[in-house]
Amino acid sequence: MNLRALIVDDEDLARQLLREYSENAGGVEIVAECSNGFDAVKAIGELKPDLVFLDVQMPKLDGFEVLELVDPPPAVIFVTAYDQYAMRAFDEHAVDYLLKPFHPDRFRKALDRARTRLGKPMMPPVQLTAAARPPGQRLERIVVKNGSKVQIIPVDQLDYVQAQDDYIALHSDNKSHLKQQTISDLEKQLDPACFARIHRSYIVNLSCIVRIEPYTKDSRVAVLRDGAQIPVSRSGLAKLKSVLGEDV
Amino acid sequence: MHPIFRNKAWLATYFVICAALGGMLSALLHVPGGALNWKEALAISEPLLLFFAFVCLTPWYVCRQLPLASTEKFKLAAYHTGAAMLATALWIALARVIGYALNLGKRLDSVIPPLILLGFLLYLLSVALHYVLLAMEASRRAALEARDAELRALKAQINPHFLFNSLNSITALTTSDPVRAREMCIHLADFLRSTLGLGERESVTWQEELNLAQAYLNVEKIRFGPRLQVELHVEEECGNCLVPPLMLQPLIENAVKHGVATLVEGGTIHVESWVHEGQLRVRVVNNFDPQAPMPRQRGLGLRNVRQRLETRFGPSARVATQREGDRFLVEIAVPYQIEEFL
Repeated sequence: MNLRALIVDDEDLARQLLREYSENAGGVEIVAECSNGFDAVKAIGELKPDLVFLDVQMPKLDGFEVLELVDPPPAVIFVTAYDQYAMRAFDEHAVDYLLKPFHPDRFRKALDRARTRLGKPMMPPVQLTAAARPPGQRLERIVVKNGSKVQIIPVDQLDYVQAQDDYIALHSDNKSHLKQQTISDLEKQLDPACFARIHRSYIVNLSCIVRIEPYTKDSRVAVLRDGAQIPVSRSGLAKLKSVLGEDV
Repeated sequence: MHPIFRNKAWLATYFVICAALGGMLSALLHVPGGALNWKEALAISEPLLLFFAFVCLTPWYVCRQLPLASTEKFKLAAYHTGAAMLATALWIALARVIGYALNLGKRLDSVIPPLILLGFLLYLLSVALHYVLLAMEASRRAALEARDAELRALKAQINPHFLFNSLNSITALTTSDPVRAREMCIHLADFLRSTLGLGERESVTWQEELNLAQAYLNVEKIRFGPRLQVELHVEEECGNCLVPPLMLQPLIENAVKHGVATLVEGGTIHVESWVHEGQLRVRVVNNFDPQAPMPRQRGLGLRNVRQRLETRFGPSARVATQREGDRFLVEIAVPYQIEEFL
């Protein structure tokens, strides 16, 4: 059975090389080629390839963001020139990768491995993404998909996040976007100087808080710029006090 | 070994000065008591001074062992006074030997006290000069090391992605278009070769900087194909201006990496340079995707250029950046200096 593969790389020559290696290796059918992240998300959704050769650095969306946006994630072979941190993450999570430039033999080996892994569930892409970013680097934007449309939310425009079962609702600009990710995973990637987990189910952008009001006898709510009221837990209040000062 | 032996001209100058000092000493010895005639005074002073010339090189070793900043003042004084006394004793002993050989007898005694004083002072003077010499050596070494570190940092920053991606492009071209593969190898070699000698040089001409940037762009143009467009406007008189090496290339690299490479359709890099009011002015403009995440490394190349220009030119150099929508602009002004041919 032929492997149905998709090539994603912004460089013409890099795509050409993967196509040539695939033809020579045999048993691979290239279903499409994409030169940027948006096209890749669309093509993966429509063509459902068995395998994706995915470049890491690309215009619009990088390789990790592409992977976060497709469900279920296909088998992936990352193709990259050099990225210390990403490489370590690939190793740890048994995700295969090719370092440019690579030998045809190495390419064949990667194909063989991909075949044996077909059908087995891959690790959640958000976890791989978190591991592949350099330590200390804070998330600067969040990508979500509404139907077939990809939305990029810069984190400074994110007002608050609400946990909903396996999903999180990202509230930005009076709109809400759903994404499959746990609130704890997201919390780890956000800058604690700008965002605080003020409740088991809520993360809030500190710059959006207008005031803290008493709610019941011993609970409080945070009132945001857009009027939203977010419950504050006891440990959440302690966190707010440590960041914003005692008088909140 | 003492650094003065490394350079024959310095060594010769040093001994000429010592011989001249010997002449002056003989005049001194001849005048006061009138005990010695000028021939005798000269016969004592010249060998004495030439011998002392060697003795006065020994503080090099002592001074290196006792750095001014980190040695106790008491220890410093004790060691150098002790050495000075030893040197003076040698100096007087030699004077006595010569006096004996010339049969001066008691007539030498009257000049011994001024000789003791002079020997002591000459030795201490050489100690002081050696500390100056050591300080000069240290500052020169520090300057060299700082420059090397800067260039190493810059080169380390240039290398990995660019190199591996270029090699990948060449790998692809070897079967599809061997002629272009060869072309790219040569462009890459041109670029690497022109960065090689830069570590030893303090300044390069603006034309050399342009050539380096051009070699870099020739490689990237094959990699990115029609996505990368370059427009170059350089006034001819800029070419001879002296600038620190790797002043332009990091800016061009940024323009490719954070600019054109973030755009699906690619973009254009405009490079302009002209001379205005005694300054070399440079402007690099590129398109970029405002939605692209800010790379972690952003500004590293730019900061490095800014720092090096500041160290070199102080307030007379200026680096300004500006974001206008999807355009990023860097403007640089440095003093227009050209090499003086004597």
